[in-house]
Amino acid sequence: MENLNLILPEIFISIAIMFLLMIGVFKKNSSSLVYNLSTISLIVLLSLIYNLSSISDTSIFNGSYKIDKLATLMKLLVVGSGIFVMLTTSKYLQINKLNKIEYPVLILSSILGMIVMISSNDLIVFYMGLELQSLALYVLASFNRDNLLSTESGLKYFTLSALSSGLLLYGCSLVYGFAETTNFNEILNNSKESQYGLTFAIVFILAGLAFKISAVPFHMWAPDVYQGSPTSVTIIFAILPKIAALTVFIRFLYIPFANMSEQWQIIIVFLSIASMLFGAVAAIGQKNLKRLVAYSSIGHMGYALAGLSTETNQGIQSSIIYISIYLVMNLAFFSCLFMLRRNEKYYEKIDDLSGLSKNHPLLAFSLLIILFSLAGIPPLAGFFAKFYIFMAVIEESMYFLAIIGLLSTVVAAFYYIRIIKIIYFDPEKEKYETNHHLGLKVTLAVSTIFILIYFIYPNGLTEIVSKINII
Amino acid sequence: MFSIGLGHYLTLAAIIFTIGVAGIFLNRKNIIVILMSIELILLAVNINLVSFSIFINDISGQIFTLFILTVAAAEAAIGLAIIVVYYRNSGTISVEEIDKLKG
Repeated sequence: MENLNLILPEIFISIAIMFLLMIGVFKKNSSSLVYNLSTISLIVLLSLIYNLSSISDTSIFNGSYKIDKLATLMKLLVVGSGIFVMLTTSKYLQINKLNKIEYPVLILSSILGMIVMISSNDLIVFYMGLELQSLALYVLASFNRDNLLSTESGLKYFTLSALSSGLLLYGCSLVYGFAETTNFNEILNNSKESQYGLTFAIVFILAGLAFKISAVPFHMWAPDVYQGSPTSVTIIFAILPKIAALTVFIRFLYIPFANMSEQWQIIIVFLSIASMLFGAVAAIGQKNLKRLVAYSSIGHMGYALAGLSTETNQGIQSSIIYISIYLVMNLAFFSCLFMLRRNEKYYEKIDDLSGLSKNHPLLAFSLLIILFSLAGIPPLAGFFAKFYIFMAVIEESMYFLAIIGLLSTVVAAFYYIRIIKIIYFDPEKEKYETNHHLGLKVTLAVSTIFILIYFIYPNGLTEIVSKINII
Repeated sequence: MFSIGLGHYLTLAAIIFTIGVAGIFLNRKNIIVILMSIELILLAVNINLVSFSIFINDISGQIFTLFILTVAAAEAAIGLAIIVVYYRNSGTISVEEIDKLKG
C-alpha cells in the first residue's frame, strides 16, 4: 500500500474543489463565501505541503510521482503566489462583476494541475497535470464573457495552447516508442545517444514546453492573451504557469534527457537568446502596461532558460532563484496596476501613469523600486536574480550567452526607465482612488519590501535553493 | 507478400499530424476547422502510441491513449464553448476577423 500521506496536499485540494463547487451550486449568492473559502483552502494546502518538506526524496505509484526538494519548493511557490493573487484580485472581481462561484474553483483546479505537473515523474501523469492546468486557464482567459477582447484572448490561448499540447504529445509518443517506457528514470536508462527518434522527440517536447513559458519563437500568444484577459487572470498567467512549466523544463532536461545534452543544449541556448533579445526590443513601443508585462515576461523567461542551459546544479539553482524573484516582482507590479482605479474603472495604459508621483507619492515610489528591480539595477532583488544567472553562465564559459544577456538587460532598462520618467516628470492627471482593500495593500507592501531589502540577507533564499541538487 | 510494419503506422501518424498542424496555420476561414485540426493532431498521437504499444509489447501506451481521448473530448467541449461566447460578442467566427488584439 502506498503511503497516502505523501499526496495529502493533492487529495485535500481535490476534495476542496468538489466541496466548494457543491457549496456554490446549492447555496444562493455564495460567490464571496466560496472565494474566501478557497483562499483558506489554499492556505491549508500551503501548510500541508510545508509539512512534507522535511521528507527525504521519495517516489510513489511505481515511480510515477515524485516528492523531492525541487517539487516541494516549487509547489510552495505556486501555492504561495496563488494565495497572494487571490488576496489582490477580490476587489477587481467585484467591480467588474466577475465574482462568480466558478472563478475561484477554476483557479484551484489549475493550481491542482500545476502541483501534479511539478511532481510528475511519468509522461502520463505529466500530461494529465498539464491538461488540468490548461483547461482551467482556457476558461479563465475568456472569463469576462460579455467582453469581446476577453473572449478573443481565450480563443487565441485555446488554439495555440492546444497546438502546443499536441506537439508535446507527439514528442511524448516518440519518447515512449523509442525508450519503451513512460517513466522518466527508465527513459534515462533506456535512451541511447544514437537514437534519432529521441532527438526528434526532444525537439517536439521542448517546442511544446516553450509555448507554455512563452519563449521566443513560441511567444506570439502571450501579448494578446495578457492584454485581453481580465487583469485578475493576467496576473495568474504571468506567474503561476511559468513556475510549473519551468519545473517541468528542469525535470525533462535533467532526468529523462540528461544523457542527450548535446542535442538539447543548443536548442535551449537559442530559445534563451531569442527570448532575451525579443523581450527587450519588442517592449519598447508598447502603450498598454499589460502588453508590456507580456514582453517583459518573455525576456525574463529567456534569463531563466539561460540558467537551465548550463548543465550544472548552480545553473539550475540560479534559474529557480530567478523565477522566485520574478514572481515577487510581478506580484508587486500587478498590485500597482490594481491600484489605478478611478470611478469603478481600472486603467492600464502607460499614459495613465503620467505624473503619478504628485498625487500618489508612495505608489509611485513602489513602482520606482519595482521597475528598477525588473530592469536589474543593484541593490534590488532583480539585480541579484540576474547576477546569479550570469555567474552560472560565465562559470561554464558560455560567454556569448552572457554578453547577449547583458546587452538585452541594457536595452530592456530603457523601457522600464521610460515608465519611471513618465511617472515622475510628466504632467499629472486626475487623482486615483485610494481606498484599497487590505489584501492588495499587504501584497504590495510585502513584495516591495522583499525587493528592497533582499540584498541585506540574500543567503536566506540561496540556502534553501542550494539544497536542490538535480544532477 | 506485402506486410504492414511499424514504419507504415508511424508514417500514417506523421502524415495526419502534419495535416493537422498545417490545417491550423493555413486555414483562413473558420475556427471550427482549427478545432478539427487539433483533433487530428491528437488522433495522430494516438495512432503512434497504439502502434508502438503493440510492437514493443507494453500496455502503458494504450492506457496513455485512453487518457488522451478523454482529455481531447474535454478540450473540444471547452473549445466549442469559447467559440460560442466569442461568436455572441463578435458575430463572426472567421479567422481573418479575429484581430481586435494587436500592437
